[in-house]
Amino acid sequence: MKTKNNVMVFVQQDDGRIADVSIELVCKARELADRLKVGVEAALPGKGMAGEAKQLVAYGVDLVNCIEHDGLYHYTPLPYTKVMVDLILEREPQIVLYGATTTGRDLGPRIASNLKVGLTADCTDLQIGDHELQGKLFKDILYQIRPAFGGNIIATIVSPEKKPQMATVREGVMKLVPANPGYKGEIVEIKPTLEAGLFQSELLEAVKEARTVNLKGAQIIVAGGMGAGSKENFQLIEQLAHALNAEVGASRAAVDAGWVDKAHQVGQTGTTVRPKLYIAVGISGSIQHRAGMAESSRIIAINTDPQSPIFQIAHYGIVGDLKDVVPAFIKAYKNKA
Amino acid sequence: MGLNIVVLVKQVPDTKNVTGKAMKDDGTVNRAALPAIFNPEDLHALEAALTVKDQVPGSRVNVITMGPPSATQVLKDSLYRGADFVALISDRKFAGADTLATSYALKCAIEKIGNVDLVFCGRQAIDGDTAQVGPQTAEKLGMNQVTCVSAFTKLDAKARTIAVRRSLESGYEVVRAKLPVLLTFTDEGFAPRPSSARRVMMYKNASAAPTAEASYDDCYMNASACKDNEIIALWDIASIKADPESCGLAGSPTKVKKIDSVVLTAQDIRMIDNSESAIGSLVHELIADHTIG
Repeated sequence: MKTKNNVMVFVQQDDGRIADVSIELVCKARELADRLKVGVEAALPGKGMAGEAKQLVAYGVDLVNCIEHDGLYHYTPLPYTKVMVDLILEREPQIVLYGATTTGRDLGPRIASNLKVGLTADCTDLQIGDHELQGKLFKDILYQIRPAFGGNIIATIVSPEKKPQMATVREGVMKLVPANPGYKGEIVEIKPTLEAGLFQSELLEAVKEARTVNLKGAQIIVAGGMGAGSKENFQLIEQLAHALNAEVGASRAAVDAGWVDKAHQVGQTGTTVRPKLYIAVGISGSIQHRAGMAESSRIIAINTDPQSPIFQIAHYGIVGDLKDVVPAFIKAYKNKA
Repeated sequence: MGLNIVVLVKQVPDTKNVTGKAMKDDGTVNRAALPAIFNPEDLHALEAALTVKDQVPGSRVNVITMGPPSATQVLKDSLYRGADFVALISDRKFAGADTLATSYALKCAIEKIGNVDLVFCGRQAIDGDTAQVGPQTAEKLGMNQVTCVSAFTKLDAKARTIAVRRSLESGYEVVRAKLPVLLTFTDEGFAPRPSSARRVMMYKNASAAPTAEASYDDCYMNASACKDNEIIALWDIASIKADPESCGLAGSPTKVKKIDSVVLTAQDIRMIDNSESAIGSLVHELIADHTIG
């Protein structure tokens, strides 16, 4: 492995457990690093993480930097920024990836601001390619791809002149590849000195609220959008989900309208899902929404407008009013089952 | 002893209420088709600041925004709701700023105000959803931060600490931070108070004298005509002592390589009639291949 220019992943731990999104990013980092012919490094701040660190190696990490300090057990911005900036300056990675969690979105921008480098939020794809800027060719740089502006456009962002190139990615966007227990990587422990002045925040209370909505693990999702028109009509979508033993999903518009809780939101700023069956009811199919569900195995779209973009990615399309179609669907299912 | 609070606000295109074609034929965003509004979460940040002012007598609420002359509308709105001082940061040299260059300009403006105890802003703006400018500004100020705040649990102005509730994916945490600190707010708490009729009468003609008709995108006014006694302060790059190399396009490490309008490639789709019998046979088919059980 090269000593510099590697692809680095900030690995988030919560109560000593590595976050799922960090493993997904390690898998993507491995793919990017193979393309660039460099190594993958993990930056893992925490306390007593040597055991957990081993699983990172199995996903293809060549070097795990375990940054060990009692004050890093719970995330707070100043100590985390300090240890990450120091590590990046020492290791000089060309790319650093962060999960777009509340932690990653709190930390990434601080590091970018400190190092005066770019950071692109909520990427839905990462690729390697060339870029020409004022007559100068930059080879093998990171294309940071994300929908923007209410989903009307897809922007490819680059930051060719500054290293590292940094991006955040939501949980579920990058695919997990199977672990390889035989992979050989190194785990090193770093013991930073953190001055008392960095501890300006004190955690008084942490309350876990169990997730009652499990979109990521659902085999079937019935999702509703603006086309539902009202909270009452949205209940039809919930009834269909209930009948099929499915999870309820929603577009951002339906969440913003207050018909359904944000925990149900599918899309770029919600959850990315890959169910066996996705039934989109009254969802026009903005690019942000599609970014979160386009890889579903089967998609049924129900919409009054035959021109809706959702029909372009659906496998089955029904043009009609959900007040007719959804009850007919429920009735048909109850009769056959 | 009151607290000195700065609220960072942004005028944004209302991406949720697209009124016309959002894209021009040349592939650029047609901002004229999008009405401009006060970024929703920033209104909650302003309300949080006004709440502090209600609790701690003698506090001062300063509101600043960076943008074109038309952005004075969000400053007027802030005055109507109770802000003590408002400033527009506007200069052609700020055009093309990404989040890093924006945070640098905001840091310079906050330092111009000076002796700041609290900096408040919305968690993110609806036109970019990046949630980066708050933390980036805090880092540039060398200030601690707490993001995604939905409530205050205790503000102790004497001890100079504030305890806040922070929303997380799987619950929440209560964090006590020393002042000074930057807080970003979600829309879960601090429902914005309405404009005060008395203040609307007082400030409805407030202006920074921006007269030129300006397009939203790139027309940044010349602030040299600014007078100190105007209600809306107008600060250009020189008045906030910003280094031009760190502003606008020059200070932005991220570049847009390309913008693609969304073109969908249609795949094979089977259209199902919306009759009960057609829906019935679709359901039957899905059961037969074990898609639904």
